[in-house]
Amino acid sequence: MSHNQPSRRSFLKVTAATGGGLLLGFSWLTSCESEKAEKARPELVMPEKWVAVNAFLKIGDNGVVTIMSPNPEIGQNVKTAMPMLVAEELDVDWKNVIVEQAGLDTDNYERQLAGGSQSIRHGWEPLRKAGATARYMLLQAAAQQLDVDAGSLRTENGMIFHDGSDRKLGYGEVASLAATLPLPEEVTLKDPADFKIIGHATKNVDARKITTGQPLFGLDLQREGMKYAAIVHPPAFGLKLKSVDDSAVRGLPGIHDVVTIDAAPEGVEMQWSDVNAFPQLVAVIGDNTWRVLQAKKKLKIEWEQTSPLESTADQLENLRLTLQEGKAEEARRDGNPEAAFARAATIIDRTYSAPFLPHNTMEPMNFFADVWEDRAELVGPIQTPEFLRKTVSALLDMPEANIDIMMTRMGGGFGRRLYGNFGVEAALISKAAGVPVKLVYSREDDMTQGTYRPEYLVRYRAGLDEEGRLIAFHVRGTGAGESPVFANRYPAGTVENYLAENISTESNVSTGAWRAPRSNFIAGAEQAFLDEVAEAAGKDPIEFRLELFDRAIKDPVGEENDYDPERYAGVLKLVRDKSGWKTGEDQRGVAAYYCHNSYVAQVLEARLDAGEPRVNEVHCAVDCGIVVNPEGAHNQIEGGIIDGVGHALFGAVTFTDGKPDQQNFDTYRLIRHIEAPRAIHTHFVENNIDPTGLGEPSLPPVIGALANAIYRVTGERVYDQPFVQRRELRG
Amino acid sequence: MATFNLTVNGQPRSVEAEPEMPLLWVLRDELGLVGTKYGCGIGACGACTVHLDGAAIRSCSLPVSQVGEQPVTTIEGLSADGDHPVQLAWLEHDVPQCGYCQAGQIMSAAALLDGIPNPDEAEISAGMSGNICRCGTYTRIHAAVKSAAEKLS
Repeated sequence: MSHNQPSRRSFLKVTAATGGGLLLGFSWLTSCESEKAEKARPELVMPEKWVAVNAFLKIGDNGVVTIMSPNPEIGQNVKTAMPMLVAEELDVDWKNVIVEQAGLDTDNYERQLAGGSQSIRHGWEPLRKAGATARYMLLQAAAQQLDVDAGSLRTENGMIFHDGSDRKLGYGEVASLAATLPLPEEVTLKDPADFKIIGHATKNVDARKITTGQPLFGLDLQREGMKYAAIVHPPAFGLKLKSVDDSAVRGLPGIHDVVTIDAAPEGVEMQWSDVNAFPQLVAVIGDNTWRVLQAKKKLKIEWEQTSPLESTADQLENLRLTLQEGKAEEARRDGNPEAAFARAATIIDRTYSAPFLPHNTMEPMNFFADVWEDRAELVGPIQTPEFLRKTVSALLDMPEANIDIMMTRMGGGFGRRLYGNFGVEAALISKAAGVPVKLVYSREDDMTQGTYRPEYLVRYRAGLDEEGRLIAFHVRGTGAGESPVFANRYPAGTVENYLAENISTESNVSTGAWRAPRSNFIAGAEQAFLDEVAEAAGKDPIEFRLELFDRAIKDPVGEENDYDPERYAGVLKLVRDKSGWKTGEDQRGVAAYYCHNSYVAQVLEARLDAGEPRVNEVHCAVDCGIVVNPEGAHNQIEGGIIDGVGHALFGAVTFTDGKPDQQNFDTYRLIRHIEAPRAIHTHFVENNIDPTGLGEPSLPPVIGALANAIYRVTGERVYDQPFVQRRELRG
Repeated sequence: MATFNLTVNGQPRSVEAEPEMPLLWVLRDELGLVGTKYGCGIGACGACTVHLDGAAIRSCSLPVSQVGEQPVTTIEGLSADGDHPVQLAWLEHDVPQCGYCQAGQIMSAAALLDGIPNPDEAEISAGMSGNICRCGTYTRIHAAVKSAAEKLS
C-alpha cells in the first residue's frame, strides 16, 4: 500500500491543522478509498484537501463530500442507505458524495454490526444528527465569514445562501472554519415532507466497482509479503484433532509452513459470536491459494471421537422424542387451552419440519491477519468486528487498542459472518507462522464447518367451535439448540385460549443465526397451518386472518403481543387488493408475517414444472415505515423472496456418522435463474413511521405462501422442508 | 513448474506455475486479477467465469496448461471503461446485492449475447442458469440481460 501513503499523510495533516475535527485513527483502506473512487467516478473532480467536520463526514475544498458508512456491508445495501441519511440532513447533492466504509472505531461509532435488519433502524437518528450537526456548524462558519446572522442563511445542495445580500458560499469554502467551532447541543431534523434524498431511488454506491471487477471483497485483498493459508478441520461433528503428520507437505514447492492452532483454549474469555465446533485446526501456509488447498490433502491427520457421530435419522428421532416426551418451558398461556380443546368441534393437529442449512455465502469464509509482537491488523468480511476484536485480544493477550480491524464488502452474510471464527483463526495462524496471511476456506471447508441454521420440528393444534371460530391454539416447538417458537407473535393475542411451549433438542452440530433466525422456519409452518385451519373453518384464508386481526385490534387477548394488528392487517389488505385476490384461488397461496419490526404479506402463484413446484409470480406488500432507498428496498424484498423459495424447495444438509453429506454445489442445490420466480411485484405502505428492517422480513412468509400455493396446485399439503425432497431422503 | 505465456485482456503475461494449476488461481494469485471469483472450485457456481477465445468457461476447472494461445478475457478486460452494454445494463437495473457473483454473471451474459443476440425468455433463463446468485438477484439479472440485448441489436 506504499502508493497510498502520501494521501494518508496529507489527510491526517489536514485533520490536525483544523483542530476541531473529531476524525481520528482511520486505517489504510478508508484513507485510500477516496482516491480509488476517482477511478470509479470519473465525473467527480477530487479536492486538493479534505476537512473532517465530524466522524461521519469530510468535506473537500471543492465541495465534494465523503461520507463514512459505519456498518458492515453484506449485500443489504447499507453502504448506500446509511450515507443517504447523513447526506439528507447535511443537505448536499448526492452526485457530489463519495462513500467510504469505516473501519471498526468504537470511539466514534455505535453498533458497527450487520444483523437483525437493524442497521437503518438504529442509525436513523444518529446518522441524520451527524449530518444536521455538520450543516449547523457550516452555517455558523458561513455566518462568521459573511458577518451576518446564521438565521438569515439557508442551505441547498451543498451551498449556503444569504438571500438578503445575494451572496453564497460552498461548503468547501467554510469547512475549515466549521471544523473548529463548538458542537451544538441540539439540532433540528428535517420534516419528512422536505426529504430530497431519503425516499428517492438511489443506485448501489459500489455498483461500478462490482461490474468492473475492482478489488472489494476480503478474498480480493493482496499485500506485499502476504502468504495464503488453508485449514483442515475435523471431517465430522463429534471428532477433534489428535495428531498430525505433515512430512508429506513440508518442502513442497510454494509451501511455507504447517501449524496447528487452538481457537478455544481453556481459560480464555469467549464471546457469543465464538460459535465453533472445530477450534483445533491444522493450517498450511504457502504462496498461492491453490497450492495450499492441494497441499492440505497430503496431510496425515488422526482424529479422536469426543461425542456421538450423529446421522440424520438419529437427529430426526431425537427431535420427535423431545417434542413428544420432553419437558417444555411454558412460554405463554392465555385462558384455559385444555378445556377449550376438550369442547372444540374440530381439532386440526399438524407437525412441520425443516433441516439444518449452511449459509453458503458465495464468498467463502476468509480473513487477512498480520500479527506482530505488540500489534495486529485484521482485514476481512465480518458482520461483528467488535466481538472479533475482543476474542482476538483475549487469545493474543494483546490490548484491544493495538488491534486494528477493517471490514471489507462481504460476498454475502446471511448470518454466517456474525460468527468470526475464521478471523480468529487467521490471527492465530499469522502469529504461529510469523507472516501476514490470508486464510481462505475452500467451498468444502465452508459448507462442512457448521454454524448451520438449526433443524426444527413444530407441532400446531387448533380447536374450532361449531361455527368455525378459532377457540383454542397450541404451538410446541423444538430444534437443535433452540425452539423456533415466538410465544408472543401472532396468532397470540387473537385467541382466547392459547398455549406456547419451547423445548430444545441436543445435538453436537453447531448452529447459528441464519437470515431471519427462527422466523425462517416458524413463519412458513404457522402460515401453512393457518391456511389449513381457515379451510377447516370454511373461510377464505385472507378473510380468516383479518377476522383474527380484528379481534386483536378491538379486544386483544393478553398484554404482551409483539405486533401492531392494524399494520399487520394493513399489508394483508394491500396485497389482497394489489394481487386481485379472489376466494377459491386454484394456483395461489397467501401468507403474512411480522419480524424485524416490519410487516410483510405475500400472494404467490405456483405451477408444476416436470413434477417440481415453480413460482410464476409473487405480490408482496411491505410496511417497514419510511423507505429510505426504494431501489435497494425493492432489491432486498426480491432477494429475500427468491432466497426463501429456493431454500424451502431445495435446501438441506444431511449427515452420515457426523459427516455432512453435501460438501459443494454439485450435491447441495441452490436455486438457479431458471427456477426463480418470473416476476415479483413489491408494494410499500406509505407512512411516516421511522424505518425498520428490510434485509430479512420478506423471506419467512414466502415459505408459507409457497406451501399454500403448492397445495392449491397439487391438492397435497407439504409439511417437511425441503419441499422438493432429495432422492436419498425419498429412499 | 513451467513457464506459460498467456494473453490476458490483450496483454502478454508470463507466469511460472504447475501445469495443472487452474487458470482461476493464476489470474487471482499470480497476476493479481482478482475480479474473477472463487466460489466452488468444481465448475458448479459460475463465479469464476471468464472468456477463453470469446467463449464463457469456468476458470476454476481449466488447467493453465490448456490455455495455450487462446486469448483470455476477464471482467477487468471486458471493456476499457466499464461500458460494455452488459455492464451498463447491470448499472441501469442496479442488479448487485452483495455483488460477489456478478462478475461471473456479467461474463456469462456477455458471451450469451455474443452467441444469441436476441435471446428469448427461455434462452436467457437457460443461458444464465450456470451462475448461482445466493442473494437472489435473478429477476434483475434477467431484466438486465434483456436490456443489454435491446441495446446491442
